[in-house]
Amino acid sequence: MNLTLKVWRQEGPSESGHIKTHEAEGIPEEASFLEMLDIVNERIIIDGGEPILFDHDCREGICGSCSLTINGVPHSKDTGITTCQVHMRRYRDGDTIWIEPFRARAFPILKDLVVDRSAFDRIIASGGYISVRTGAAPDANATPVEFEDATDSFNSAACIGCGACVAACKNASAMLFVGAKANHLNLLPQGAPEKDQRTLAMVRTMDGEGFGNCTNQYECEAVCPKEISSDVIAKLNRDYAAASAREAVD
Amino acid sequence: MQIDAIFLHIGVVLIKKSEMNALCKTLCDFWDSSIGKKLIVAVTGVMLVGFLIAHMAGNLLIFQGRESLNDYAYFLHHFLHGMGIWLFRVGLIVAFVLHIVATVSLTRQNRAARSEKYAHEATSRASLSSRYMIWSGLTVIAFVIFHLLHFTVRIDPDLASMKDPMDPSRHDAYGMVIAGFQNPVVVLFYIISISFLCSHLSHGIASIFQTLGFNSKKTRDPFHKLGLVISVVLWLGFLSIPFLALFDLIGDGEKDAPVPMEASVNTELLFRC
Ligand code: HEM
Ligand code: SF4
Ligand code: FES
Repeated sequence: MNLTLKVWRQEGPSESGHIKTHEAEGIPEEASFLEMLDIVNERIIIDGGEPILFDHDCREGICGSCSLTINGVPHSKDTGITTCQVHMRRYRDGDTIWIEPFRARAFPILKDLVVDRSAFDRIIASGGYISVRTGAAPDANATPVEFEDATDSFNSAACIGCGACVAACKNASAMLFVGAKANHLNLLPQGAPEKDQRTLAMVRTMDGEGFGNCTNQYECEAVCPKEISSDVIAKLNRDYAAASAREAVD
Repeated sequence: MQIDAIFLHIGVVLIKKSEMNALCKTLCDFWDSSIGKKLIVAVTGVMLVGFLIAHMAGNLLIFQGRESLNDYAYFLHHFLHGMGIWLFRVGLIVAFVLHIVATVSLTRQNRAARSEKYAHEATSRASLSSRYMIWSGLTVIAFVIFHLLHFTVRIDPDLASMKDPMDPSRHDAYGMVIAGFQNPVVVLFYIISISFLCSHLSHGIASIFQTLGFNSKKTRDPFHKLGLVISVVLWLGFLSIPFLALFDLIGDGEKDAPVPMEASVNTELLFRC
């Protein structure tokens, strides 16, 4: 099939970018979205041009590297998948596809479609861990965890840190990511002792990185490839309020 | 940001120096944090919504007639020796100002956080109301100013001087409302403003539960519906009055013939005495 691509091209972090039209001709239906870009890039290279830069690694939806906003929706409008899991059979011959980077002030563009998501790493470094050694995996049921808590924690742990939630949010808020990461540990016996400290530290780092504030529109939840529920945001709000109150009393 | 700073400063000046550092740090951190500021928006939002529900319920007394509404108005102005209404007013003003300062600051931060727009913008599920909260809110400010001048300060001398025909020593709130809504332009302004307010609430009320952390998979949908129901009830309750007053459907069309009405009510009063 033949497609018209409207791609964000930007030379470098301090350069100003623009939308450039690339024709993608003779794309096989069974190609993945990223393979389609590979084909286009090979042709650009043969013609002596600069290939379109984009992030990717596992190409099977587990690493969180791929990061394209396709027709205005991070990871495309198909739900519960990453960009690398999008296939060209979802498009029709003659379609125009807009391909842009994940946009947020906290995710500066490095080149073309590649953005710097290290703000997420700094949030994790501020509290997304537990400070004690847990040793080898414990025997099953040696430490009892409520079924509900285990399920919630496990679902939160599914976050791959891709940043689509930030890219989809009208305010570039990172609440879904931070909610998932905090909730994952806060619910478990190993993570609970540092719950307050973790919650306060992660939220403060998040704010310091220049993410926006949640306005409860749930655009994040709609695009999350791991279908993290915005309940984690309600929990984060609650835990933050309680942690602040306890901090004030101390 | 500057408004924030002034605001915090006032707060700090009110607190003793010895206690200042620890408390100030916590308050400052809370106010400066995204979630803290949002919690303030939600709590002040609850207060404002509570006021709206009570205000609407009080207003609907107009359908019970002049005596009920004027009694109610008299009570509002005189309970706790006239102090009561001022306690409410001060509380409301503080909530209103905090709500505005916090939301303006949040909105500015949000715009800055997504400084570069998508060339091809798409929206998955955010409602129109949720996307124009700041504009529906700012309309409310304009409305509140007009409404206060109209019925609280009463800059129109004709409205200010109306006396209750049953008890000329007190103001005739009932007559004032009916007379105040005879102008179609005024009624249109009320319809537009209250519609914006209810649009604000159709997102705002459901938001309260999420921001305060009461939401879960099971409750999100019911809370959202509750928000819609309250918004529609408020819309109908508030707007029924200007709309019916304009078309002479409240009372018995007495505004066209105030003198005989006054006389008849007065004789009725005499008989009762
Ligand atoms: C009677 C008047 C008002 C009522 C009852 C009201 C109610 C509410 C409620 C319940 C919320 C949701 C709080 C939450 O996020 O949990 C809200 C949010 C909001 N209000 Fe108001 N409000 C009023 C006036 C205003 C005014 C005058 C402004 C103007 C600046 C305003 C701007 C906003 C904004 C921008 C939000 C969204 C905040 C966010 O989600 O981050 N509101 N309001
Ligand atoms: S919450 Fe979902 S969208 Fe956000 S970073 Fe994690 S996996 Fe990606
Ligand atoms: S490349 Fe690993 S998730 Fe897409």
